[in-house]
Amino acid sequence: MSKYTEDDLKKELEDKEYEYGFYTDIESDTLPKGLNEGIIRAISKKKKEPEWMTEWRLESFRIWQKMEEPDWANVTYEKPDFQAISYYSAPKPKKELESLDEVDPELLKTFEKLGISIDEQKKLTGVAMDIVVDSVSVKTTFQETLKKHGIIFCPISEAIQNHPDLVKKYIGSIVPKTDNFYAALNSAVFTDGSFCYIPKGVKCPMELSTYFRINEGGTGQFERTLLIADEGAYVSYLEGCTAPQRDENQLHAAVVEIIVHDNAEIKYSTVQNWYPGNKEGKGGVYNFVTKRAIAHKNAKISWTQVETGSAVTWKYPSCVLKGDNSVGEFYSIAVTNNFQQADTGTKMIHIGKNSRSTIISKGVSAGKSQNSYRGLVRVNSSADNARNFSQCDSLLMGDQCGAHTFPYIEAKNNSAQIEHEATTSKIGEDQLFYCNQRGIDTEKAIALIVNGFSKEVLNKLPMEFAVEAQKLLEISLEGSVG
Amino acid sequence: MLQIKNLHAGIEGKEILRGINLEINPGEVHAIMGPNGSGKSTLSSVIAGNETYKVTEGDVILDGKSILDLSPDQRAHKGIFLSFQYPVEIPGVTTTNFIKTAINAKRKALGLDDFPAKEMLKMIREKADLLEMDRKFLSRSLNEGFSGGEKKRNEIFQMAMLEPKLSILDETDSGLDIDALKIVANGVNKLKSKDNATIVITHYQRLLDYIVPDFVHVLYNGKIIKSGGKELAFELEEKGYDWLK
Repeated sequence: MSKYTEDDLKKELEDKEYEYGFYTDIESDTLPKGLNEGIIRAISKKKKEPEWMTEWRLESFRIWQKMEEPDWANVTYEKPDFQAISYYSAPKPKKELESLDEVDPELLKTFEKLGISIDEQKKLTGVAMDIVVDSVSVKTTFQETLKKHGIIFCPISEAIQNHPDLVKKYIGSIVPKTDNFYAALNSAVFTDGSFCYIPKGVKCPMELSTYFRINEGGTGQFERTLLIADEGAYVSYLEGCTAPQRDENQLHAAVVEIIVHDNAEIKYSTVQNWYPGNKEGKGGVYNFVTKRAIAHKNAKISWTQVETGSAVTWKYPSCVLKGDNSVGEFYSIAVTNNFQQADTGTKMIHIGKNSRSTIISKGVSAGKSQNSYRGLVRVNSSADNARNFSQCDSLLMGDQCGAHTFPYIEAKNNSAQIEHEATTSKIGEDQLFYCNQRGIDTEKAIALIVNGFSKEVLNKLPMEFAVEAQKLLEISLEGSVG
Repeated sequence: MLQIKNLHAGIEGKEILRGINLEINPGEVHAIMGPNGSGKSTLSSVIAGNETYKVTEGDVILDGKSILDLSPDQRAHKGIFLSFQYPVEIPGVTTTNFIKTAINAKRKALGLDDFPAKEMLKMIREKADLLEMDRKFLSRSLNEGFSGGEKKRNEIFQMAMLEPKLSILDETDSGLDIDALKIVANGVNKLKSKDNATIVITHYQRLLDYIVPDFVHVLYNGKIIKSGGKELAFELEEKGYDWLK
């Protein structure tokens, strides 16, 4: 029998190990495990930070110590032992790198395996790369072009040294140290991430892109990203992640803060494919992220995310629509398979008059995974004529997964217009048979149906990412059907 | 081309087809008629390879080889096409994208390269014109929000694109008004050649005014109880099925 049955598919899915589960052997410089004020001072010292930054970290640490790990999300996991994590790990720099030839060949190989070799990336028109391996940026390109426009795009550790006024002004202004347990932890121990400042009236001529990777086994990674678009500026920022396979859980708690000044616009796109754990649900990355943006007058912030990885995801890219006529958008695809758990969504906080927000969330659940959308739309009393449209669609495969929707709506202004639509559907036997009858095999049929389901979000991604994202969707769901 | 030998098949242990015998040669049009529940749609599903139905006895042979062990997509690659009675909707996937995927899947199975986009586009236009389809349908999500008639026309459009050896039209006339019926029938007739064959499954004689069959078979209670020429269809229209029981 050459029939490709559901059972075959399930089998194949189970046998399918994480494609990018490999480990790059780079010499690392790692601090001892554990967290205390001494470690934080050591991190700050390694980063050659000014005193105010060290103090800021210590204050965050003290706040964090008094906080409790939240447990309201619809996920269950073993809480990390924060004293068993090493909070700093950097590839040992040999010398300043002038060209890609000087980059560690092991590292280049890693990128090739991921299909994102730097050589290729360099050829891609208009994509500047700031590659983060573990905690330290190894190579930054396209700096010259950016410099010409007065754009600052660098690792945050460099920004702290070279642009302290900007960092001091904005860091923690959107996600304060006290915001939540993981944001406080990040504020205390963050080691790298990106900083980007677009000056007044400048349209960034290229897509900015960063690849975050977790590399050192047992090392938590705490990225801190700060993006600022000054008045009338524009930038499209891309971020993509993938991680080597690990048995123990890896914690990732990033903070992203975005400031969009009057008449400015930022598009922030993420493709996330961290190791989701094996078919028994062992291992995988814990991804507890705080992402928030503030939009001033006539400003626009647009979040687009494709989430296919991580064992546990806890992530709500949010928009504070402070200015009149400000616009917030959230487009998301979250795919869960096997034992993955995702609790993700957004918050739209309407403060300014005529502020508008759009939420399009697509959840695809397969295997025994749990996929939750959690979204808040709040209209403050000041937000006359605020509008929101939310659409949450879930697609289920098989009968062992779960899809959940938790919409919260708080309207304190009578002129608000809030719409919420939600659908849940299942990939049907009849749809698969229909595709099969036309000569399309089941695997391809699922990819086709899922891509169709996710289209509204995929369309929002910049071209460079759209193709990669489609591939990721296919890889993540290969062989899953019910 | 197609031989069906003593075919028995059913669902969940319930036998629906109870020994079907049928031979179809290239260039022929066969009509299968019969009352509700006689097994017409089961027969088309079994030929296409729908695994909901289990074959318990007999064989289906295409070009001298049994196809019972082939998956539905493999059968499609061999040139079997089923125009569905109830075509499914696939949100977000345009008709153009769907048919492109289908054609290239078939070509891949046959060891051919992808169909060049330019030629594909040209063919899509030709076939859409043949079926007097508004081209805007091609960029809409497959069957989503289509009327019954539009869905059926879309089925025949796909048939035209895939150029099958054996086409099975399952109740293609249901949901079509008379003008649409003429267009669809005209399309089917134009696609007819000496190398392909068609099975038309229908309740009513109406469709057979436009797609003229070479043979008419009456299916009743899982068996073909009478076969004849096109005049049999008129007789059925006049007398109903009771006189045959």
